[in-house]
Amino acid sequence: MTEYALEVENLRKTFGDHVAVDDVSLTLRPGGSLAIVGESGSGKTTTARMLVGLERPDSGRIRVAGRDRSGAARGRATRLARAREIQMVFQDPYLSLDPRVTVAACVEEPLRLHFAMTSAERRARRDELLARVGLGEREADALPRRLSGGQRQRVAIARALATEPKVLILDEATAALDVSIQAQILDLLAEIRRDTGVAYVFVTHNLALVRHVADDVLVLYRGRVAESGPARDVLAAPEHPYTRLLLHSLPHRGWDPARIAADRRALATATRERPPAPTSEKRSVTS
Amino acid sequence: MTAVPIHRRRLLAPLARIAGGDKLVTAALAVLAVLIVAAAFAPWIAPYDPDSVDLSATLSGSTPEHLLGADQSGRDVLSRLIFGARTGLLGPLVVVIVSTLLGMLIGVAAAWHGGVVDSVLSRAMELIFSFPALLLAIILVAVFGVGLTAPVIAMSVAYAPYVGRLARGVALQEKARPYIQAYKVQGWSGWVICVKHLLPNIAPLILAQSAINFGYALMDLAALSFLGFGVQPPTADWGAMINEGSSSLLQGAMLPALAPGVAIVITVVAFSLVGESIADRVARREQ
Repeated sequence: MTEYALEVENLRKTFGDHVAVDDVSLTLRPGGSLAIVGESGSGKTTTARMLVGLERPDSGRIRVAGRDRSGAARGRATRLARAREIQMVFQDPYLSLDPRVTVAACVEEPLRLHFAMTSAERRARRDELLARVGLGEREADALPRRLSGGQRQRVAIARALATEPKVLILDEATAALDVSIQAQILDLLAEIRRDTGVAYVFVTHNLALVRHVADDVLVLYRGRVAESGPARDVLAAPEHPYTRLLLHSLPHRGWDPARIAADRRALATATRERPPAPTSEKRSVTS
Repeated sequence: MTAVPIHRRRLLAPLARIAGGDKLVTAALAVLAVLIVAAAFAPWIAPYDPDSVDLSATLSGSTPEHLLGADQSGRDVLSRLIFGARTGLLGPLVVVIVSTLLGMLIGVAAAWHGGVVDSVLSRAMELIFSFPALLLAIILVAVFGVGLTAPVIAMSVAYAPYVGRLARGVALQEKARPYIQAYKVQGWSGWVICVKHLLPNIAPLILAQSAINFGYALMDLAALSFLGFGVQPPTADWGAMINEGSSSLLQGAMLPALAPGVAIVITVVAFSLVGESIADRVARREQ
């Protein structure tokens, strides 16, 4: 039996009467890459926040390398251990960096918390991490407001890598960036995955992104898994009407927004009577 | 005569720079600077001892010897005004420091923990809000006796919810920002995140409120001295001076009561202007 980097079983989260995430299961092998796709309100962000520990699931299990992390983190040791399991890069690089902290300090802080290093070792590791994401000494002394969006996202990636996590969650991490910068960041992420063997969970609304970055894909619709499997298969032959709808929603030749809106209403009516049947049994998420 | 304005401009230049070129705020800062210098160096600046009696000058108007006249006991009003700045500033300073620390602690704790902690702390703040500050002061005077102690404790408690309500609001906002969540994901304890990162980022707004509170605390403490609960005659204090001088008003001597009254008004307005200016600047930076 293979040891998964990340293993999630029957995750569920409600906010009051609203079921945000319902019966979501997934697995991710070490060094793998999984995309969680869905629109706003599909439960993808709530899922990501549960994975990283910012929300506690009502039920279900989250395991990293076999260690459970579904419950509340009691005590410093658990907190630190979990931080070394999963890290996260947030959507908006303009809000995810502390405005008062320089780039260098931003990357050194997690090092100080997690590793016993001399200050010289720490500085060396910091420079290494910054170089890893393509930032140099000039940026190291700067405050976030001096940096561009792409540079800030590079800082956020370096900061997330500082604890040497097994899994990195990228919550719409390129959505706020220009298209050309997006491509650079995605290339950088691919390179980092190849070199370090960290596993990725891409949380995105953009199916076009999936084929470039993910081995596997999980489509969420109204908090449930609509479809999952190898990204290539799902994109080539989507089985669930919602996945087809998402694919058709991408601008392409013969694109008809009015038709898509009509399909969307039809799907909403159909699923209101009968929740979409998860098709996860047919295909395994892992490769 | 051109030398005088140039000299004056040079003195005001640093204040104008702090005020961001705003003339009114520059004037307010100048008033505060004069007050602080007067309070600190009172024995060297004041033309007379505040308690020395010159019966021949009793209730004299403005004369070259006594610029602001003398009171009913023949004491120099200007000197008493200068010495009065000491208790006048010291009391509110303690009130502002204690109420700010208390308010920040309560507000940030309520915002950070939410749930039951928030409910309990918020109700506690409402309770203090609804309790008349003056009544609290009088009750404490009954316990501690007259003097500066009881009114300062009462005002510290009474002003804490104003800071607390503001701190809770901005801390709630700040807590939801991704950079704070990134610290959580890194594994820092809530305590470290609040003290090291959240507080410094919300401090400017709290400082603005505290500056405004300073003026109001000064007024409240003066009112208590005027009523006879605070600083006791013959100590030079603005509130007590108004009380002592009010009897002379009937004899046509305005200055003994008017001078401290005007001093209080100018000081309160100056603190308010500075506070509002800080708040404005924070709001502009947030955009």
